Amino acid sequence: MAIKTQPVTVNLGPQHPSTHGVFRMRVMFDGEEIVDVEPIFGYLHRGSEKLAEERTYTQIVTLTDRMDYVSSMLNNQAYILAVEKLAGIEPSPRGVWLRMIASELQRIASHLVATGFLLQDLGALGTPLIYAMRERENILDLFEMICGARITNSYLRPGGVFMDAPEEFWPALERGLDDIVSTIDELEEYLSGNEIVFSRTKGTAVLSPELLINASITGPMLRASGVDWDLRHRAPYDYYGRITFERKLHTASDNYARYWVRVQEARESVKIIRQCIEQIEPGPVRPSFDDVPRLLRPPAGDAYAAIEGSKGELGFYLVSDGGISPYRMHVRASSLINLTLLRDMLIGGQFGDLFVTFGSVDLNMGEVDR
Amino acid sequence: MDQAFLDNSLWRNIYCVLAGDSAQCASREYSSGLLPGGMEWLAFLIAAAAIIGLFVNGVLGGVIVLIWGERRLFGRFQSRTGPNRWGPFGMLTSVADAIKTMFKEDLVPAEADRILFNLAPVLIAAPALLVFSVIPFGIGTYVADLNIGVLFIMAVTSLTTLSVLTAAWSSANRIAILSALRSIALLISYEIPMALALVGIIMLAGSMSLGDIIAAQNVPFIIVQPLAFFVFFLAAMAEMARAPFDLTEAESELAAGYLNDYASMKFGIFFLAEFMAEISTSAIVTTLFLSGWRGFDPIPSHFWFGAKLIAVLFVIIWFRMTLPRLRVDQVLKFAWKGLFELTLINIVVTAILIAIWPQPTTSQLWMMAAINWPIAIISIWGVSKLLGTSSYDKPQPDADNPEYPVGSEEIPAASVYKAESTSQAQASNEGGD
Repeated sequence: MAIKTQPVTVNLGPQHPSTHGVFRMRVMFDGEEIVDVEPIFGYLHRGSEKLAEERTYTQIVTLTDRMDYVSSMLNNQAYILAVEKLAGIEPSPRGVWLRMIASELQRIASHLVATGFLLQDLGALGTPLIYAMRERENILDLFEMICGARITNSYLRPGGVFMDAPEEFWPALERGLDDIVSTIDELEEYLSGNEIVFSRTKGTAVLSPELLINASITGPMLRASGVDWDLRHRAPYDYYGRITFERKLHTASDNYARYWVRVQEARESVKIIRQCIEQIEPGPVRPSFDDVPRLLRPPAGDAYAAIEGSKGELGFYLVSDGGISPYRMHVRASSLINLTLLRDMLIGGQFGDLFVTFGSVDLNMGEVDR
Repeated sequence: MDQAFLDNSLWRNIYCVLAGDSAQCASREYSSGLLPGGMEWLAFLIAAAAIIGLFVNGVLGGVIVLIWGERRLFGRFQSRTGPNRWGPFGMLTSVADAIKTMFKEDLVPAEADRILFNLAPVLIAAPALLVFSVIPFGIGTYVADLNIGVLFIMAVTSLTTLSVLTAAWSSANRIAILSALRSIALLISYEIPMALALVGIIMLAGSMSLGDIIAAQNVPFIIVQPLAFFVFFLAAMAEMARAPFDLTEAESELAAGYLNDYASMKFGIFFLAEFMAEISTSAIVTTLFLSGWRGFDPIPSHFWFGAKLIAVLFVIIWFRMTLPRLRVDQVLKFAWKGLFELTLINIVVTAILIAIWPQPTTSQLWMMAAINWPIAIISIWGVSKLLGTSSYDKPQPDADNPEYPVGSEEIPAASVYKAESTSQAQASNEGGD
């Protein structure tokens, strides 16, 4: 006799330990299998885009910090590029090199956090997470040296950065890069060869490259499916045209591939920073206030600038009506767009993989809800 | 008073101090007892109550120390200090936690089945404590040496799952029920390899009594029966739902599962029972595989037992600290396709060896070990080949020659889009529509 069964609907979040913030999912289970998922977000909405309409162009930098709070420098960079485009500012070379170093450090930090939390979602009780966070602390210490803040940096300004790095920053950076490489080696040694990690992540939540492209997914998720799309290479911004680095691709497009691509990209970021250190030249870190006043009044018009953020294409669209604050600001939040395939990834999968897949998207609720 | 009870030094010392006049005690040179003659029944009751109190409080004290030790070890594994504020080396942290837990509000969900909801903590604590009644902690230090000790342990430890199901069902919480279903799946799967792993030991010792099993371990059974140890240890980890099999609690998925709706001391009892299960599992492993309290003179037997217990506990904590969790289907596959086969291999090999040497002496035990180790290594390797995840067929693609190239031509550098003015952008939008 067949036992009559029916799917069970369970509410996960917003107060759930693994939702990477305040995310909510209404999940329908049939046993351990996921039948339906309804993502519900907006719990961290702070109206950043609306707030930007009331602030000057320099003040908005602080708002961008708080969007994706694990990669503030990258948010700063994307926003500043849009402002420079809009106002036609020629940045000072040293400032550009400094912000490239800062944003690549931030990319490493973000990828370390993503890897650590992936392992946390896999059920390792904090040890890999703390190993990753320990290295992130060193990066945050470096940020503290160059701008005095650790997470909400607000380091970048239109035309460059607001202050030069102190003398002791450069030897500390060299040491930090060596540490980062050894930490990544350590993480890879523990994780890539671990049978449990591999068996849990291989072949789960596979997405086809066509689907990813159609859903406009970018970043490590797209590169994990074998699509060679990296804005640093495709549409070089800042001085990425003068830098050589490998684009790391994987064909499997599963959770393991996403993890692998992130770890390898962190390695490549170290190489990029080393090249930046070689090529950096002395000079002012930002144009003088005669050229770029504190109170910017860009001409009426609009501009969109995008960078390769840690989670995908991070773009800022600014509309100016000639006043001191933008008429409209819109953020192409990579976390939010990467989340759109959540249903395709989860449905048909196992409950145990739900949060692993969710974590492998590497989303940040601050950026999703803004 | 039965003679078997008087072999037990715990019983004898309490009973004979009270009732020294009785015939059995007098023959063992006890002076006259505190109680007058004819009151042996009272002496018996007092002795029983004293021993129960001693064991329960001893185990609870052990749990408090274990919680502290586990947290300190967690700290070390995670390159931090761990609790170090309250008391010397943070030793009073668990005491502070216990006090805090007791004074929390005792919430019961509105839809909960109150009777079962309150019964579940009792149901989980009782079997966790019962296991200790058959474990010999040292020479003559045990509550009872049952002749079916191993069977008793198997029966009692499986009761834990009943309590998990009761807790989950009575709290009327869907996440809790998912956790209970996983718990039952684990029990059904791992009880079998766990019991079959012990068959080899029972064959070697010729008895199910833990005392006899320790007596038979002239060579610790971990050396003679490596395969049985491997299977039993992993199955025991799964039975008490420790990492990497912590599917029932699964913090990152089920958010503590069946414990979801428990608060205050009811939660505290579950928490204590979890650690009691950890200690009892270590004690069982110590007794069955590490020759229990046996060691060299002049170090007392209790010390040997404690040292081995702590070593096993350390390994369990180490597992928990380093390994991620397996998925449900993988866990069940591991039990049925991996451990089950290994136990069958172990039983067949041990049976053949027992047929050759029916009453193994120490040197024959070493011979058995020499035969068992290669078999264990080969069979574990074979099972890992069978169950292991194969790596990717295709290597990572070349970035310069990717599988899905996007736009072969160079993208214009001005992909950073800038329109001349808003009005133009709007005009083009309207045109597009």
